[in-house]
Amino acid sequence: MSLKFSDEATSKLEVLYERYPSKQPVILAALHLAQKEFGDLRDEVIDLVGETLDLSSAHVYGVATFYTMFRRKPGGKTSVRICTNVACMLRGGYDVLAAFEEKLGLKKGESNDEFSVIEEECLAACANAPAVVCGTKYFLDVTPDQVDEIVEFLKSNPHPESEVA
Amino acid sequence: MPAEIGTVLVTRRFGDEENKKITSYEAQGGYKVARAAMVKTREEIVDEVKASNLRGRGGAGFPTGLKWSFVPKDATDVHLVVNCDESEPGTCKDRELVYWDPHLLIEGMIIAAHALGAVHNYIYIRGEMMREYAVLVKAVEEAYARGYLGEKIMGSGKQACHITVHRGAGAYICGEETALLNSLEGLRGQPRLKPPFPAIKGLFGKPTVVNNVETIMNIPFIVEKGGQWFADLGVGRSGGTRTVCVSGHVEKPGVYELPMTITFRELINDICGGVWKGRKFKGLIPGGTSMPPLGESEIDVPVEFDALVTDERIKPVEVTEGVNFDMGGGRELRTMAGSGGIVVFDDQTDVVALTSRIMGFYHHESCGQCTPCREGTGWMDKICKRLANGEGKVGDVELLGNIANGIAGNTICALGEAAAWPMMGFLTKFRSEFLARETVGKADGNEGEAA
Repeated sequence: MSLKFSDEATSKLEVLYERYPSKQPVILAALHLAQKEFGDLRDEVIDLVGETLDLSSAHVYGVATFYTMFRRKPGGKTSVRICTNVACMLRGGYDVLAAFEEKLGLKKGESNDEFSVIEEECLAACANAPAVVCGTKYFLDVTPDQVDEIVEFLKSNPHPESEVA
Repeated sequence: MPAEIGTVLVTRRFGDEENKKITSYEAQGGYKVARAAMVKTREEIVDEVKASNLRGRGGAGFPTGLKWSFVPKDATDVHLVVNCDESEPGTCKDRELVYWDPHLLIEGMIIAAHALGAVHNYIYIRGEMMREYAVLVKAVEEAYARGYLGEKIMGSGKQACHITVHRGAGAYICGEETALLNSLEGLRGQPRLKPPFPAIKGLFGKPTVVNNVETIMNIPFIVEKGGQWFADLGVGRSGGTRTVCVSGHVEKPGVYELPMTITFRELINDICGGVWKGRKFKGLIPGGTSMPPLGESEIDVPVEFDALVTDERIKPVEVTEGVNFDMGGGRELRTMAGSGGIVVFDDQTDVVALTSRIMGFYHHESCGQCTPCREGTGWMDKICKRLANGEGKVGDVELLGNIANGIAGNTICALGEAAAWPMMGFLTKFRSEFLARETVGKADGNEGEAA
């Protein structure tokens, strides 16, 4: 096998094994770490996670494709998750999404090296709608005219989701 | 004597970044209640929680003490799992609660774990809550370093209590307790058939209690001040305060901890500054988008759990005009308090578009396991979209009611109801607006208001 987890990731996984009766429950953590280290969960990454946790690749594939935060193809460094669910919709969430799409030249679901634009379901920030989350950074009560500033900020301060993996 | 406005328990440390540090929490008396609870018996604590009338704050409002008492008395290897997968649209309290006061959650878990005889305990946090995950991980590490968690906690010499923060990866369905358990076990997050209930056979096949974040954060107050004190803060069978999240078209949206007795109208006008931009109220969603909405004539009802189920000022949900939806045995459905996510909409709101967005959500989030939900949410999504886009067909409204009625009660988990109830609820309260969108195939050629 050509791919390997870093020593740091391996030691994180070993700490987690102690907290569960088998290795299988560590799969979400392992997939988050794998996406951090390899950028996406292509087939050989799925195989690596399976080998590491003594699980079949089919099992790992089944889990990885169930959860929306895992990606099978490369994405941007910063994922911009823009909520358009009801609380955000009622206060202009779709206008905010459109402003990001225009500013970045990306439609929802598309990526370049720097950014992925994701139309997100409710982010549990309804009291500050519309809400946008990028890694550990929240942008709250967002208006379309703030989007230029947010994008410039993220260009010089990327917030990859892997910062917490 | 019910609580007055200003009585706050779980939200009292909101707003100050210092508060989430263990030193600050300890300086305010933190972890003293947990230490004192270690010498109480399991039964004493469970009885106190039963007496408190604490009801689950995740959505169903099930009595917490009763849930705990379902765990067999002689059980070993019990698990406590805290559900922090908050994803119900309109709900934003748990995210704020763990961010501002993570140690209150940990202290509540230590007490609950003691009462349940649980050693290995988990907090399942939603994948998208990356900032809050970092806060929780740090707080748990602090609690281990101080000896509140670990093998022999608080000098007890015998009791062990472990907490592991388990991060999800994006799936609304994992907020359903058995889907959450499957996800925790390293599987796809699909719900399990019940029975067996988690209290008998849950995580890793062992007796398990799954409680919401806010529910557990109330435990230290109950154990410190007594179940009766907590029950007296509430009303009827609902103890304590109610943390609501108000969003949408109000002047001051926010997370507010309030008396159970406050009505929706008081909440909007006195707490939230009224409907925004001087507009008029049209309707609200009372407890997350899975709950049937309320119209103008129905908001003088308090936010308390039982009131929303039984108050006759709330019109029962219909399948079609004049035919009430049957929840089983002829029981009517009005609405429910749900997760406390209150979404207010003004008189300029297109309710058809709003409903369409809700149906799009449940279609996206159906796990695909049960046919009525997998197919039915897709059909409702498709039909709502065409109604909203001015391409609605004659008969669509009746079809929507029939589809929703066919989903409810016929699925493994409550996601089926979560989609069907608001569908029928919006049709019941705003039927004429839906009918006005049935433009295709109409004899008089009325094009309707397309947008």
